[in-house]
Amino acid sequence: MTDRVAPARPSSGLAALIRHGRYVIAENRVTGFAFALFLVIVLTALIGPHVVPHDPLASDTAAALKPPSAAHWFGTDQIGRDVFSRVVAATRLDFFIALASVALVFFMGGLAGVAAGFFGGWTDRVVGRIADTIMAFPLFVLAMGIVAALGNTVQNIILATAIVNFPLYARVARAEANVRREAGFVLAARLSGNGELRILLAQILPNIMPIMIVQMSLTMGYAILNAAGLSFIGLGVRPPTAEWGIMVAEGAAFMVSGEWWIAFFPGAALMIAVFCFNLLGDGLRDIVDPQRRT
Amino acid sequence: MTSVPLLDVRDLTVEFSTRRGVVRAVEKIDLSVGRGETVAIVGESGSGKSVTSYAVMRILDRAGRIAEGSVMFSGIDLRAADEDDMRDIRGREISMVFQNPRAALNPIRKIGRQIEDVLLEHVKAARAEVTEKAVEILDQVRIARPRERYHAYPFELSGGMCQRVVIALALACRPQLLIADEPTTGLDVTTQKTVMDLVVELTRDRGMSTILITHDLGLAATYCDRVVVMEKGRVVESAAARTVFTAPSHPYTRKLMRATPRPGLALRDLLPEEEAAAVPAATVAKLPVKDEHRPLLYVDKLVKEYPRKGLAGVSGALKKLVRRAPAPEPDVFRAVDGISFFVNRGESVGLVGESGCGKSTTSTMVMRLIDKTDGIILFDGEDIGEIPAKRFARLPMRRRIQMVFQDPTDSLNPRFTAARVIADPILRLGDIRGRDAVRARCEELARQVGLPVDLLDRFPHQLSGGQKARVGIARAIALKPELVILDEPTAALDVSVQAVVLNLLQELKDSLGMSYLFVSHDLNVVRLLCDRVIVMRAGKIVETGPTEQVLSAPQAQYTRDLIAAIPQPNFAERPVGRAAAHS
Repeated sequence: MTDRVAPARPSSGLAALIRHGRYVIAENRVTGFAFALFLVIVLTALIGPHVVPHDPLASDTAAALKPPSAAHWFGTDQIGRDVFSRVVAATRLDFFIALASVALVFFMGGLAGVAAGFFGGWTDRVVGRIADTIMAFPLFVLAMGIVAALGNTVQNIILATAIVNFPLYARVARAEANVRREAGFVLAARLSGNGELRILLAQILPNIMPIMIVQMSLTMGYAILNAAGLSFIGLGVRPPTAEWGIMVAEGAAFMVSGEWWIAFFPGAALMIAVFCFNLLGDGLRDIVDPQRRT
Repeated sequence: MTSVPLLDVRDLTVEFSTRRGVVRAVEKIDLSVGRGETVAIVGESGSGKSVTSYAVMRILDRAGRIAEGSVMFSGIDLRAADEDDMRDIRGREISMVFQNPRAALNPIRKIGRQIEDVLLEHVKAARAEVTEKAVEILDQVRIARPRERYHAYPFELSGGMCQRVVIALALACRPQLLIADEPTTGLDVTTQKTVMDLVVELTRDRGMSTILITHDLGLAATYCDRVVVMEKGRVVESAAARTVFTAPSHPYTRKLMRATPRPGLALRDLLPEEEAAAVPAATVAKLPVKDEHRPLLYVDKLVKEYPRKGLAGVSGALKKLVRRAPAPEPDVFRAVDGISFFVNRGESVGLVGESGCGKSTTSTMVMRLIDKTDGIILFDGEDIGEIPAKRFARLPMRRRIQMVFQDPTDSLNPRFTAARVIADPILRLGDIRGRDAVRARCEELARQVGLPVDLLDRFPHQLSGGQKARVGIARAIALKPELVILDEPTAALDVSVQAVVLNLLQELKDSLGMSYLFVSHDLNVVRLLCDRVIVMRAGKIVETGPTEQVLSAPQAQYTRDLIAAIPQPNFAERPVGRAAAHS
């Protein structure tokens, strides 16, 4: 028999993925760096508020507008709150908003897109037109409108960010489901007595998960920016809550008078987070790309 | 033939760096092609035959490199030549024809223009006369009405015509060497014959040399002077076509020869000698087949129509206006046009025809995956044609008709393990419940199809082509169906794997008492497995009868053409291994 021997180490999907991930990271140091940065962000979000040196909400007017020093690493703001503590404490809220909105849009956009690609017909037309309608607005203005109409709470920021991202998810999922619609394994599943809905959820969806996870990582950065942007213009989280967008907005007024640190450090944190998610998305794309699986 | 060969490859070693380390795809191979000579490189997938030609052309992908050896082409060292020189040589001195002609042509450029591009690029024609020259070249590759076809886009041409255009492109600059990499693999047998005849005739007229890369030993021996057999990156045999075909010296060549289906052979003869001897023919007790007068499957005047899309639209109307088409065409296309046949219990029936003849449409209708337009499909006396395809999936009847798909890779969900794939029909339609019981049934099925049980937890990409085919077969027989439709189950497999799989299918049929409807384009394979054969063309049945009778004494002209087109080297009639292609 000439049945060639398959890879010597048979392994579960997860173990193979980890092995493959390690290989990609070794090949591409930047991806490794992004993963490390991501872990730092997650860790900061989890334990940050408990380990910061000062209470992020406690004001001390005697120590207002102090530049960075040993006592206040990132300086203090106009009412004497420690900027470092506030930047660290804000990670949790910003990260949560981004994660929740991405998870929400994954369910809304992902499922709608898969259904559109798989069933075609009117499902496809309805989902397509909804996506087109959303895309017809400038996205940030649309998000502003949603929050302004529904009230500025954290839930509504999450919802607005999710809706704005809906077309991206719906289209990717639609395209991926569409090419698999007539695949041999889908026909085979029909022969095995699977109903259409089961084929969609059990056969098609697992196959487009990798590409959706990449999409989630890439839009995470955008979601954080969107949330911070809404807060910046006063439509998001309200002061005195520690949030990067508000902090930049509050600090912006002091930039001209030389107190640069109030806006700079939250801005830098925002930039690093977005940068990290984008790099991570690129890295994940390399990992799930079958072309690189030689 | 001159004493100095046109192409001389010595000790060529090609390495690929992968994440499992450096892999040698080709190891120390020697190959020489004389002027005017036609050489075939034959081997199964992974033998390194394509990599060899890529190395000669210096078009290996980034991970690959020539590690050792020399490649001399009419006195030039191709390994040392710089990229500018190579660009000149490619197309003008050496040109290549690839497997998929549609992928090789630019889909949005007229074919005539594409030929002009090549001529202008290599300064083989002046701008003023380039159109004339392109038309002339199209004429040379036997494209009828070349002046009209000059303006055609690739999608307007058939696969065979596209391949002729690709050949025209390759030969436009009158290169000295043509490398054809599986040029006819995606084509029908009759088209394959015309394309190969054309290649041989054109290259011979111009005194060109040709390297034909193929997996088909019959094709190689029919059209080539010399055959080089490769296995796992090494050349195992290199001799005149006649010698290789009549007296192969290397065991691997002998094995390949044995595995290639041809007239006068039984199914068992395809297996390597040791294995065929090890399994006596009568090990499997034939299950007594219920003797009934009623056929298992009865199809009467089956019709499937599809709406014609392009013609109904504006472009169709425009085209009619411009070309003044006399009669408006009907707005439906009949893929299957009123066919009637039956399959008895325990019988295997071959459904043969070229691509587009409606054989796959027929089988998917019988399979109840798509709905018929008209006609009757009776399965065991029940009119299953009346049940909509969407509903049929969940009926108990579903388990009695199953299918083995053409492409074993495509038909397995990449995210499911082999065990999960095999268990799927059992979980949905079977009556076995409980984790352990289902697992036990999977293992039993794996043993039945000869799949090692420890491979059950692997994913499709961790299995070989033959193993994937076995998983697909295990899934199809998991519910003990009465009728199995085999849709070219071995078309994507190497011949030696095909031999094993065909034998497996035959054994399973006998031991489980199933009936087969075997859809194929390969008459030689049908001959081995089927009791009766149905020949289809353009949605209609042209001939039907017992396999031996149809293949040895075909009544219809079309069947005769099909049989004649199978490459069949006949060394008795020809003095040297030269095809009598000149007419």
